[in-house]
Amino acid sequence: MGIWRWVFIGILFLADFIVKIEPFKLGRSQPTERISGSAGDVLEDDPVGRLKVFVYELPSKYNKKILQKDPRCLNHMFAAEIYMHRFLLSSPVRTLNPEEADWFYTPVYTTCDLTPNGLPLPFKSPRMMRSAIQLISSNWPYWNRTEGADHFFLVPHDFGACFHYQEEKAIERGILPLLQRATLVQTFGQRNHVCLKEGSITIPPYAPPQKMQTHLIPEKTPRSIFVYFRGLFYDVGNDPEGGYYARGARAAVWENFKDNPLFDISTEHPTTYYEDMQRAVFCLCPLGWAPWSPRLVEAVIFGCIPVIIADDIVLPFADAIPWEEIGVYVDEKDVPNLDTILTSIPPEVILRKQRLLANPSMKQAMLFPQPAQPGDAFHQVLNGLARKLPHDKSVYLKPGERVLNWTAGPVGDLKPW
Amino acid sequence: MKLLALQQSYLNRRSNSFRSSGPLDSYSDSAIKSPAAIFWIVLHGLSCLISLVLGFRFSRLVFLLLSTSSTNFYTSPFHSSSELSKTLDLHSVLPTNPVGNIPVPALNNTATNSRVVVGRHGIRIRPWPHPNPVEVMKAHNIIERVQMEQRSQFGVKDPRKIIVVTPTYVRTFQALHLTGVMHSLMLVPYDLVWIVVEAAGISNETASLIAKSGLKTIHVGFNQRMPNSWEERHKLESEMRLRALRIVREKKLDGIVMFADDSNMHSMELFDEIQNVKWFGAVSVGILANSADTNEMADQKKGEEENPPMPVQGPACNVSNMLAGWHTFNTSPFAGKSAVYIDDRAIVLPRMLEWSGFVLNSRLLWKDGDKPDWIKDIDTLDGNIENPLGLIKDPSVVEPLGSCGRQVLLWWLRVEARADSKFPPRWIIDPPLEITVPSKRTLWPDTPPELPANEKPVIGIQEPTVKHTRRTRTSRSKRPSKRKHDEARADRHTEIVSVNARNEMSFDGTAASTIGKSDCSAGLREGENSPAESKIQYTGSRGGAEKNSSEWERSLDRIGFPSKDKLSKRC
Repeated sequence: MGIWRWVFIGILFLADFIVKIEPFKLGRSQPTERISGSAGDVLEDDPVGRLKVFVYELPSKYNKKILQKDPRCLNHMFAAEIYMHRFLLSSPVRTLNPEEADWFYTPVYTTCDLTPNGLPLPFKSPRMMRSAIQLISSNWPYWNRTEGADHFFLVPHDFGACFHYQEEKAIERGILPLLQRATLVQTFGQRNHVCLKEGSITIPPYAPPQKMQTHLIPEKTPRSIFVYFRGLFYDVGNDPEGGYYARGARAAVWENFKDNPLFDISTEHPTTYYEDMQRAVFCLCPLGWAPWSPRLVEAVIFGCIPVIIADDIVLPFADAIPWEEIGVYVDEKDVPNLDTILTSIPPEVILRKQRLLANPSMKQAMLFPQPAQPGDAFHQVLNGLARKLPHDKSVYLKPGERVLNWTAGPVGDLKPW
Repeated sequence: MKLLALQQSYLNRRSNSFRSSGPLDSYSDSAIKSPAAIFWIVLHGLSCLISLVLGFRFSRLVFLLLSTSSTNFYTSPFHSSSELSKTLDLHSVLPTNPVGNIPVPALNNTATNSRVVVGRHGIRIRPWPHPNPVEVMKAHNIIERVQMEQRSQFGVKDPRKIIVVTPTYVRTFQALHLTGVMHSLMLVPYDLVWIVVEAAGISNETASLIAKSGLKTIHVGFNQRMPNSWEERHKLESEMRLRALRIVREKKLDGIVMFADDSNMHSMELFDEIQNVKWFGAVSVGILANSADTNEMADQKKGEEENPPMPVQGPACNVSNMLAGWHTFNTSPFAGKSAVYIDDRAIVLPRMLEWSGFVLNSRLLWKDGDKPDWIKDIDTLDGNIENPLGLIKDPSVVEPLGSCGRQVLLWWLRVEARADSKFPPRWIIDPPLEITVPSKRTLWPDTPPELPANEKPVIGIQEPTVKHTRRTRTSRSKRPSKRKHDEARADRHTEIVSVNARNEMSFDGTAASTIGKSDCSAGLREGENSPAESKIQYTGSRGGAEKNSSEWERSLDRIGFPSKDKLSKRC
């Protein structure tokens, strides 16, 4: 009997040992790794059933007519607001009964007033937003119930709800006073900045998914470029002396590394831009006039480790995606030592970052595919909204209580739109 | 007007055509509130006017001089907020204290604990902004590690050893061709064995060349000399390859046999692709048929609209990606015009199907073991075979590789030097030449170079060789003004013979100009931007010229070249 007991224990140990080896072997040759951020392993959560969103029916002058006037809005990097509207209209989280809604969405396209060159003008956006809010507060009781605390808005412009492309002006304006209590879903994110409110959700800028898919090259193509960047270093039109654009960081990159064979950097825009990114180990994502850029999305899709040169930036879905483990953060003051910083990263760390980038859920989370797919940016936004539930009791105001100042802000904003 | 110009230039960030609703807002705010503000506006206006006249920003200069000195590292220090107020719109929101270099946050709405400041920043440049070789090496190691990982994930699983068969013989271009193949093989990430079969026995040249590769090599001699006609050469090469295959059989080497002729060019994808072969495979070979006489070809092509595509030899597949036949080289356009002897200046044609387009599993060559029945035994071959298809009984078993022959993975080219071309053994000039004078243009003569009548022929080099031309050429391109000098002097085509007792070289005429230049260089150096460069350029020739100046003069006079005195006067 005693022998059998020992045999049984021996078999248990052996089985334990074998079970330990198998996943160890698999883990080494595993091409991807699970991603879990500060909010936990939430990238693959399904928001359906966790929240309900009510979509206000605004007159078409706030959305459809604007889009009809300029259909270029569907392709530029601010197109997230349009695609989010379309997604919500046909999503299972949408509810037609506002009484049971957790969140309220206002479809107003504030970033669709384009110059002939295609850049959005933000001068009318505050008035447009204000007019929309006046509409919903007078036609439905839900805005006044919470003064917008359970409403969310998409403001994908340069500095979010500050509605200006110039940083000093944006800071001076601050976030639109009427949006002080609402949740803002925006691309801009910088810590300790006026234009990033507590509780905002940062999203990636829109990048056309089909265009990137058509430029994929076989994965066995060896990565032979060390650092890759294409873009402006000096904005000669707007900042002829340098030092203002990108806080001098891009110019510093150029001046320090223009003759370095490891750095494939230039201002030319080649036709093989996407293919080249897939052949690079590191892709620079420095700030421009605003800290965010579609380069981050492109780098993630193409498996190139993003090197983020923007002080205090808040990257998309920062609570769901552990960006420090995926990208490399470089302070702007350390730019002259960029080559030392990058070459001193141990190869195991680099391989781990590449494994994390290869995770398909990571790539999905950065995209706005049409039609929506599970795990994409739309769902991440909904997950973020769901994580903010349930609403705090203090959100609901007593009837007659007023917190927002409807006359605050520059005089020009108060004009009707 | 100045204000408007400022506004426009600054707000023109987005586009040229702009709606004026934006600027109008800021106009209403720029109320002038204090004498200090008026003073600054006046000063700014004055600076603007002066800048217009001078052509650069005068105000910046003033502030640079006024403020504390900047360090060497920064192109422009953090500017005071008054400077900012000059560059921005004249908002009275900005605090108007001009003094000091404190990086005050430009606007009072920023949170106080933010370390990111809006405004003009310095462009940080480190003291020596050039690549560091240690970093470059580290980066290459990282890239290699990443590529290794990529290969292990997406590349061939269980790669087999590659057995490369190369027939070669000692000749002028052997070093050129063999080095190319060698470097390609050194880059192959798989295990490799290189069997080099050499006609006319093992020679030191080949052995020393191969030893530099660091690859595992088997160097075998073949007892016949390489004949002079292309026909014979192809036949002998086939025999040499069969000799190598016999070695594979004897040593029972296990892997994939491929044929790398020493003048072919191989792509790295080739070595990845042949790992997919099971028994006997074929790849597409691009034919770069060399024609020394391009005029003839040009006449032929006048009738055609565009250049004909490069001919490709290899397997041809039908729609269902099965082997249907072969693409071979069409020799009929070249009938009668092809090269017969190795150094003919006519086009060299490939065979119907080249050996290099085939790969085989080495187990096919073993005496025993499990191999398919369609392979013939090497020992039972009664003579020479033209291509590896002679080894198999049934040509339909060949596996087409490279997406069914659509990818061209290697290129065939046959270029050989003239039969009477001489080259130093192992391409080493020993002892080194004493005088090296850069020449401007080297005529590559079709006829042997003219030797001056009273010079004795010397053992060694007779072909023109040029040294240091590259350096002088690049440094010349940086100094166009100087070159005009030289151009005026130096359009002559006399030949100058080096006076080195051991070797003779022919040069074109501007050697004199360089001598002259070295004399003038002292005088001209003031005008140069980079005196260090001129030193680098001229040390060699000047040193040489000074050492052997008397000999130079003698040689120059002999040929009728003007003496140094005349040259120096022309500076």
